[in-house]
This record gives sequence, structure tokens and C-alpha cells, in this order.
Amino acid sequence: MTDVFLNGKFAGITEEPKELVRELKEKRRNGEIPHDFNMRYNQDEENIRVNTDSGRVRRPLVRVEDGESLLTEEHIEKVEEGEMNWSDLIDQGIIEWIDASEEEDLLVASKDDEINEKHTHVEIHPANILGINASLVPFPEYNRGDRISYGAKMIGQTLGFYSANYPLRADTKSNILAYPQTPLVTTQTEEAVELKNHPAGQNVVVALLSYKGFNIEDALIVNKNSVERGFARSYFFRTYDAERQRYSGGQEDEISIPDKDVRGYRSEKAYSHLSEDGIVPPEVSLESGNVIVGKTSPLRFMGTGDFVTGIQNRRETSVTVRHGEGGVADKVLLSETENGNKLVKVTVREQRVPEMGDKFATRHGQKGVIGLLEPEEDMPFTRDGITPDVILNPHAIPSRQTVGQILEVLSGKVGAMDGRKVDATAFSSENEKDIRERLRDCGFRSDGKEVLYNGTTGEIMEAEIFQGIVYYEKLKHMVSNKLHARSRGPVTLLTKQPTEGRAKEGGLRLGEMEKDCFIGHGASMTLKERFSSDKVTLPVCKKCGVIAVEDETRGETRCPMCKDSDHIEDVPMGYAFKLLLDELKSMTIYPKLNIEDSV
Amino acid sequence: MSYKEKIDKLEEDLPKRVRDRLVEKIEEEDLSGQEIDDLIENTTREYKRCRFESGEAIGVVAAQSISEPATQMTMRTYHVAGSAQGVEITQGLPRLIEIVDARKTIKTPSMDVYLKEDYQNEEGAREVANEIRETKLIDIITEDRIDLLNLIVEFEIDKEAMKNIGMDREEAISNLNKGRRKYEAELDGDVIKIIPKDDDLSVRDLQKMKNKVMDKHLKGIKGISQAVVTEKQGRWNIQTLGTNLKKVLKVKGVDPTKTVSGDPREMEKVFGIEACRNTALKEGHKTIKEQGLDVDIRHMMLVADTMTVDGELKAIGRYGIAGEKGSVLARASFEVTVRHLTEASIHGEVDNLTSTVENVIVNQAVPVGTGMYDVVYKPEGLE
Repeated sequence: MTDVFLNGKFAGITEEPKELVRELKEKRRNGEIPHDFNMRYNQDEENIRVNTDSGRVRRPLVRVEDGESLLTEEHIEKVEEGEMNWSDLIDQGIIEWIDASEEEDLLVASKDDEINEKHTHVEIHPANILGINASLVPFPEYNRGDRISYGAKMIGQTLGFYSANYPLRADTKSNILAYPQTPLVTTQTEEAVELKNHPAGQNVVVALLSYKGFNIEDALIVNKNSVERGFARSYFFRTYDAERQRYSGGQEDEISIPDKDVRGYRSEKAYSHLSEDGIVPPEVSLESGNVIVGKTSPLRFMGTGDFVTGIQNRRETSVTVRHGEGGVADKVLLSETENGNKLVKVTVREQRVPEMGDKFATRHGQKGVIGLLEPEEDMPFTRDGITPDVILNPHAIPSRQTVGQILEVLSGKVGAMDGRKVDATAFSSENEKDIRERLRDCGFRSDGKEVLYNGTTGEIMEAEIFQGIVYYEKLKHMVSNKLHARSRGPVTLLTKQPTEGRAKEGGLRLGEMEKDCFIGHGASMTLKERFSSDKVTLPVCKKCGVIAVEDETRGETRCPMCKDSDHIEDVPMGYAFKLLLDELKSMTIYPKLNIEDSV
Repeated sequence: MSYKEKIDKLEEDLPKRVRDRLVEKIEEEDLSGQEIDDLIENTTREYKRCRFESGEAIGVVAAQSISEPATQMTMRTYHVAGSAQGVEITQGLPRLIEIVDARKTIKTPSMDVYLKEDYQNEEGAREVANEIRETKLIDIITEDRIDLLNLIVEFEIDKEAMKNIGMDREEAISNLNKGRRKYEAELDGDVIKIIPKDDDLSVRDLQKMKNKVMDKHLKGIKGISQAVVTEKQGRWNIQTLGTNLKKVLKVKGVDPTKTVSGDPREMEKVFGIEACRNTALKEGHKTIKEQGLDVDIRHMMLVADTMTVDGELKAIGRYGIAGEKGSVLARASFEVTVRHLTEASIHGEVDNLTSTVENVIVNQAVPVGTGMYDVVYKPEGLE
């Protein structure tokens, strides 16, 4: 007796589970029941589970019967001629959508010529074992597995042409590559997902060479003239928004150029880009700290002592360009929120020219940052006058075993000479031998090496240099997003210690373990200095051992316990320690400071 | 003045070991006059130079020197093939943590049993090993069954095992029949028969009895599951799994002056605190060394010393050293803040800010290195 469940709910019982499942599958293949029905007889649990609900991951597989793939040459021809399409193949039961549970009982061949009597299905293409990003890696079967994972991961971080309507969009953050290209060495997946409409990289001439040592540790030497011609140039867009909020008591924000007597008024220069309505017009250059939308809000606590008559009782809440960013106001969008508040969205565009420290990668997980921008006249050149765009360190190759990249170099070269794309789909790529032969026909060496001349001296290089074309991706990690240093800067209100994080111009924390190192070196005074960011000198009552009160109105400093102004001593300490004392007091613990004269 | 007298005069400056070594070296090299003086002078100077200076943060240096390599140990826990023939002892980080934490029960306690001169051969070593190793009935049988007809339990004797252990059948039977029991053991050829005294036992009771009898202690010392004989450079000794130092020391053939346990707590109980300190030191250093890491033994010495200075073994950590720090602030900042603060406020504790952590908290110079000393200038005639 076997239970039958439909979408997890008990539906009935059957005496012949195998027969039932067989019959159901047959009906699905005949089109009597929809193709999104998946069923499995679980012998361990003694039940049949039929699932039709949404959210299951399914993938198409070609059916195999008696050791023969049901998808014949005939079908393929018909599809090519347009007589048949995908849904016809599904309807006829040649291709099935299989979900995770149904897959358990199948034996799937990865290639047609692997099929034997035991197989129930065959992959449409062996590259289907890869996900979308992984199958964009050319020649993956020549690479080590982990490199494909890295490569696939970094494809997700590339700058490219993510959307054709980007000028109309108001994404908070987005990047556009200036001159994107489709790769010369491609995979079939690329065509299937129409990546040509969304390219994310550029084909560049790469020489495998250690040149002046500026490409050690995976750095890249990039041809400065290539950069000036537009290599890896990109635009960064950030959309800022401002909302005119309404508050209780009929008060509301005001979007305008703030008056000078508003609390927190910035410098006049900061507002200089605004037009009369308090919003920057498009195509105005902006620097960090410049106001994009001038805005004032009512004071937070009305009715308290803050309120002074005669001046504007409003505070400044303008939207400014982020610290470390800048650019040009790209577009201004005026709208309304669902609450009916006025909404302003301003997109700022910043041109990003590749600079030292920007991150690049190939599709084989070979990542690196620019180590040097070298003028073209100093780059090595071939007898034809070709200079590489990128010089990659040869040490990047042997330990990582990215043979696929070597093949891409060769294939890219052939593709460039022939003016065509080279197919490098997993398990069905073009033959290496053919590629090398073609390379020789084009007048190159079949191993891809070329004679190079030193760019500065003009001398011929002793070794031939491996050079060819690789598809390089610019990744979204750029130094200008990360560069950060601080000497003085903002502090937090509570602890008087420096703020945290780059966005807040924060300090770099000297942590617990770093502290231990200072102690280990015996550098006590250095440590004291480094920890004195919140240093304060506070009056302490020597008698009671508590921090005294500085009463400005009476002009005296007095102990809150003995109400006495004698015995007050100035004591330097960290503000955090003062907070600790306060906290202890709030827990009814009396932390009494015993003060002694130091001499 | 002979050189021996000269060296003895250096008692204040050089430790005994260095002085002894000096004498040894002078005799070995047959040095004379000026050479001896030079040697003594240079040795003394070098020794003084090697000592850490006042104000050196040796605790922090020791902590970092041990814990940095320890972070690497996490990744490398492999087993040395064939070492000590199957005695698998906790190694690496888990073992180090065990030692430093001064655990009450350690994962794989073990002993190094040294033998007296008359037992320095394979035969003697095996004899002692058999005497030490705990043998249970289950170790000397090949098969166990329940005779449902006669309602008795039968065991097939493993002749090979009996021979290896060095026990004859009569001995096994007589040991089985020792003490309070609910059965009578009998020998029938190669079969041991267990006849219950109570004759209307159910099969289930019989099953229970069978399991109990199989666990019966026949020979050796309780708690020692394995004793492996090893030979190194002609010296025979025994490594055990499981400890019972007190009893093992009394076994004939065991050298009680050398035999040690790997458990510092046991060593403390049997030999005292100094032995305990040495065990902690030796075991700790051995553990690090086994992993192929090079940590100066003096760092481990400091750890072992701080763990045992008070005359009893204390852990490094919340329940040991760190929990007994003098400063309230230091303790509160380590772990269980609230408890230490409440206790301190109830007892009115005073923190004299004499150590590192508390001075970091109040933002004062830590009394280490450059913060050790103050320059105090008193102009003349001011007082």
C-alpha cells in the first residue's frame, strides 16, 4: 500500500505504485496532463509525491528510450527550418522538464555517444552542468575547477552595459562601461542569453611578460595610451533623493536654497550650484560636499529652550554629494511619493578613468589590479608595431593552471585575424590543433609567441613573448571607492572617539590585538598616545572621588557630593572611562577615584 | 684560586646548569689560565645579555609566541602512521588547550612507563605490559553465545589472545569466580561456561548477565586500556592509553623514578606541584614541537610557572589565572563583567592600576617598557 501525495497533501493510496508513476509520466508525455507535473515513487518512504506547485527548480532533459535519444537528426532539421519549435518538442514528449525529486530516479547521460540501455535521459548539451556565469567561461574543461568558480563569481562583478535604458533609470548605484565589446572567444551560452546586448568587457592584447617589475603579485601593467583611447573607461552613477516630508503640527520641509541664519548652514560655496528652486540643474559639475538639493526642516524639539525668536528656527538637512565622490549632475527627476510628498531624485555621473589600483579580471579567475600605467612609447612592441594593452605577469599561470586562458590567447588571436568569433563552449570547443594551424597560416608562430622589442631601449628581447588577445573585465572594485586616510576628523557624540567607516571619514581602529603588540614591544607611551583620541581633562573632587561639575553661570567648579569647590583637581583621562564611571553610578556602584599628587 | 672556586663565586650571576657546563667544558677542552678566565667572562656577559630586561612584556610575548603558531595548528591535525602502534593520543590544538585549561579529565590520558634494568628486554617489557594492561573477559574470547536449552552462557576461548596476554585458563576461571557474583564459571575444554545460580532466569536476564560478565576485570590495572611496548635505541619502555599512575608505580619491574603520566593533574596528585609544572611544560612543548612548530621553551615555561606558582594547578582563563587578577577593571573587561563589578562594589575593592589592562582603560601609560619609569625632577631648594 503506497500513499500518494499531491503537492504535499494526501490524495489517496495505490497498490501498484510503479505502474501509477509510469502511467502518469506517459500521460504527461502524451500531453494529457500538463508538463509541469513531476512525480516520483519513493521506495524508502513508501509513497508517491506528485508536485505541480511553483518554485521548483526544473531543467529540460532529452528522453532516451532503448538506448536511443528521442531527439533525432530529423527533429533538429525541422527545428532549424522552423517547422518545429521548443514547445512542440515538449508536447511530443521528446524533451521533459525534470525537477529535483524526479531526477533522483533517472540515469542521465551527458553526451549522445555515452548512451546505453540503462539511460533514461540525456543532456541537451554537456555544458548544461554549468550555471549561466560558469558557462560563460571559455574553455572551462581546460581549467582547474576552482578557477572556474572564481571566474564565474567575478563575471557577476563586471562593469558593462547592464541595461540599454540606463539614461532613464534612477538606480541608486550603477556603472556603465564606456566602450563595451563582445568577447572574440565565446561560448554558446553567451549567444543563448543574448550577452551581445549586454557586453561586459573588452578584448585586449595581452603580453605574458615581467616588465620592470610593476606587475608582481598579480598586478597589471596597462598601456596608458590604451586607457586614453578609452580602454576600461566607465561611468559611475549615483542617485540621491530628497523628500519634502510633513511633520505633525502642520510643519514641513522646504526645498530651497537655505537662508544664512538656518542652523547648520554650510558655506556659501556649497550652495553655489543650486538654481532658484534649490535643486542642481543637469550638467553642472559637483564636488564632494556640494549641495544637490537644498532643504531645511523644522527643529526637532519644538517648545524647548532651543527656540529663539527673531531668527529662522529651522535646521539644515540638505542632500550633499558623498564624501570622496563627485561628478556631474546627470539628470533631475521630480515626482511625488505615495504619501503625496514632493520627491526629488538627482543622478550624479562620474567618469572613471582606469587608474592604479583598479581591479580587472579575465574570465578564468585571473584577477589583478593595475600596478602601472605605462606610456605606449615605453611598452614593448612587435615588428609590426603592435604594443600590448596589458602586460600580465607570467607567474600568474603555472600555479593556477588556467590552461583555458592560454587557449583563449591563441583563439583570440585567430579570431582577430579572421574577423570571427571562436567557439569555446565547454566540451565542444574548436579544436586546439586547428586553432594553432590557423595561427600559423596567419603568419604567427603556432605557439603564440612573438619577438618583442624593448620599449625604452629598442633592443630585441632575448625570449619570445607569449602574446595574444584576452577578454578583460573591469570589476566594480575601484580604488576611488576604497581609498581612505584620516588625520583629524569627525568624532561620535557619545564617546568623543573617531567615527567608524570610510563614508563617515572615520578612523582606523587600533584593536585589541594591535594593542597587545604595542605592549609586547614595550611601547607604552606610543600606545597611550594612540589611545588618547578621546582624551579629556576633567575636574575631580579629591575628597569624594567623583567628577566635579563646571558651573559656568556661577563661574565655579564644584563637587556634586560635598557641594564644595575646594579639593578640586584636574585629571586627564579617556572620555570612555568617564562614561564607564557614569554607567557604574547609574548601576548604584560608586566608583571613587583616589587622586594622589604625582610628585 | 682554582677555576672551580671562581665559577662557584658566580652563583649570583649564573644558574647551576650553566656553571656545571662550564666546569665540564673546561675539563673537556683542557683549558688553562687566561683561556679559562676569558671563557668565564664571556659566558657571564653573554648570559646576562640573553636575559630579558626589566620592563620587558614577557607575558604578552609568551602569549603571542604560543598562540600565533597555535592558530596554524587548527588546520593541521593529521595522524602519524604507525606511531606507538595504534595508541592514538590527542595531538595538536585540542591537546594544547587541554593542558593550558588544566582539564580535570583529559581526552586520551597516557603514561610513559619506564622499566628497571632487569626488565630491559622485549620479554621483560611484555611481561610488565601484560601486568599493567587491563584485561577483560571480552579480550580473551572469540565468540559468545547463550545456550537456550540449558539456560547458560558460553564463551569460546581465544587461545592466541590468552597466550599473548600470558594468562592460562585456570587463572581466567578463578578470576571470574572472584568476588560477589550471581553465577559460577566452569571450564569445559576451550569453552567457558557461565552457570547462573538462579535457575529460572529469562533469556533477557541471561543476555544482561552475558554483557556484564564480558566486562569482568580479569587482570591488570583498571583504567589502562592499552599498553604498547616500544623500543628506542635499545631502551625498552611502555606507552599506555589510560592512566593509573599510583598503581602502576607499584608494579614489579616499573622504574618509579622515571615513570610519568601525561596528565598534569595526576602528576600533581602523585608527585606534587613541581612534577606537575614539569609535566605541563614538557607536554605543552612536546605538543607544539610535534606539529613541526618551533616555539622557544621559555615561553611555555612561563605558562607552566604561572599555572603552578600558587602551589596548585590553575588554568589560564576565566576559572584560573585571569579570574584571579588583582584588578577589578581587568577582570571585568575579560569575562562576566557584571559579576565582577557587583562583587567588587559589595566588598569595596580598590584598583591600584598596577597592571596593563586597567591602565589602558583609564588612558594612562601601561607600566611596561617605556611606561615603567617616570622621570621625576625635583629642583633643589624647593622642599
